[in-house]
Amino acid sequence: MSVIAQNLVWGVKRRTIVSDVSLSVAKGETLGLIGPNGSGKSSLLRLLAGLKRPLGGQVLIHDQDIAHVSRRNLSRQIAFVQQSAATDTNVTVQDVVRLGRTPHRSALSGWSADDETAVATALDRVDMTAHKAQAWQTLSGGERQRVHIARALAQMPQVMYLDEPTNHLDIHHQIEILRLVRDLDLTSIVALHDLNLAAMFCDKIVVLHQGRVHAFGTPDAVLTQDLLREVFRVEAGVSTSPYHNRPHIHFLAS
Amino acid sequence: MISGLKDRGALGLVVLLALAGVVLILAVAMATAIGDYSISLKTVFLAVTNGLGLSHADVSRIEQSVVWDLRLSRALVAALAGAGLALCGAILQALLRNALAEPFVLGVSAGASTGAVCVIVLGIGAGGLSLSLGAFAGAFAAFGLVAALSNGATSGPNHTILAGVAASQLFNALTSYIVTTSGNAQQARDVMFWLLGSFGGVRWPDFYLLFVVVIISLAICLWMARALDAFTFGDEDAAALGVPVGRIRLILFAITAVLTATIVSMVGAIGFVGLVVPHAARYVVGPLHLRLLPACAMVGAVFMVFADIVSRMIVSQQTVPIGVVTALVGVPFFAIILYRARPQS
Repeated sequence: MSVIAQNLVWGVKRRTIVSDVSLSVAKGETLGLIGPNGSGKSSLLRLLAGLKRPLGGQVLIHDQDIAHVSRRNLSRQIAFVQQSAATDTNVTVQDVVRLGRTPHRSALSGWSADDETAVATALDRVDMTAHKAQAWQTLSGGERQRVHIARALAQMPQVMYLDEPTNHLDIHHQIEILRLVRDLDLTSIVALHDLNLAAMFCDKIVVLHQGRVHAFGTPDAVLTQDLLREVFRVEAGVSTSPYHNRPHIHFLAS
Repeated sequence: MISGLKDRGALGLVVLLALAGVVLILAVAMATAIGDYSISLKTVFLAVTNGLGLSHADVSRIEQSVVWDLRLSRALVAALAGAGLALCGAILQALLRNALAEPFVLGVSAGASTGAVCVIVLGIGAGGLSLSLGAFAGAFAAFGLVAALSNGATSGPNHTILAGVAASQLFNALTSYIVTTSGNAQQARDVMFWLLGSFGGVRWPDFYLLFVVVIISLAICLWMARALDAFTFGDEDAAALGVPVGRIRLILFAITAVLTATIVSMVGAIGFVGLVVPHAARYVVGPLHLRLLPACAMVGAVFMVFADIVSRMIVSQQTVPIGVVTALVGVPFFAIILYRARPQS
């Protein structure tokens, strides 16, 4: 299922945060969303997920304007993984993943076989089945992020958005999460800070700068020396990695 | 659901509800039998069946009247008030994502006390009904202020709690101002007694009203129980799970306001039940609201009926305000929550 954004505009009071953003992701693709702090990545993801209402423009998912889809129906198609969402409630891993079935259940309906299958499959996909009875509070950061992804998968969405899912994780877990997301049979958009990881795992990259799309294309085309200087204000050399044939950025100390 | 029964807490819920049901009936019977004028359980039973029109047993008129007209309605109102306050506490703890939220966190009790003081001290209106009406109006004035200060509670849990604190401070100050400038010693004592809560004046009409309010509230809350679960990771996360967050939050806040205002205007601001019971129930049935809410209602009801019994027994010939009893039990529990919730370092 493809995602298309057309001329999205959003802001608070007089400050425009997302300005005339258009992009498209084909079915099954992983799109990386990069940009400096405050460039509007999180806001754009929320607009795409229908969690914020744009001041202008529209988001089409499978040629359907999401402004005309109910919150509940939207949640059956789109899953949104927040940046390190936390809770004080004493829930288990299984409780959390079961929340993903919320959009598929009516107020008093029982727990169906479909629900059970979806939860079991999701837990299995992120390799957390063995931990399903464990308390959420006792999980490590990487495990929590995997459980959040499992919960999103239990929604059985066609599209998944992830807002900096690798934040606060060590490099092993960062790569693990991104490999998981890349290999999912879903259209996904991932906001990322690590440019080399974005280059490695994303089919295409959108560079946001001051709320606008500065560049959009394959990692090869987008990640250039000039762009890094202009948008991220760093001096760097870019080469093609002999290991994975993707661009690799060498930041220069002086 | 068979698979549902295997779940953590499901069996706990069934056992707890059955147990609480039995204990509640026993507690109500005890509350009806115990008092300055002690009545045997057998007489209580006969008087109750008489009252229901199921029997015409030979019970003295005074015993019949004490059981049916005074003590039974009082015990049942206590049960409903406990159930209602515990329910409100559980809902607010979920919506505000705060373990220390309770029914009065949104300033409802402070507003009610101001309304009651206006009636008791300033003599606006007259008679018992207008005291309740005054309290109800005050409670809603406070809730309205909180809703306005927090943009209809859309500005996040902490903002809403701060708005509640501000409203509580304002209305408590108004209450103190009115009492100190206009009240005499007797009125001040009346106000204080009312604020601490009492089941002394309740009769059957109070029961009917509260019964309807509690049952409707419980039904609506159960209907939204699953949506409440979705608030575990916050408002935005609930929205991402397909929950119409604004609508649910508004309805649930309104229900807690109506329920709390009704209870406060009837029996005063009885503290700590709404804070303590949800935590206790969560230990037994887990955090999912489809189980937690009925468990809270039952445990709250039992707790309050026993608290009422204790309040009448501690000092002979005198009733200790119910709020004193619930707080004497509630404060140590509160201390345990604080101790357990301390940051691990």
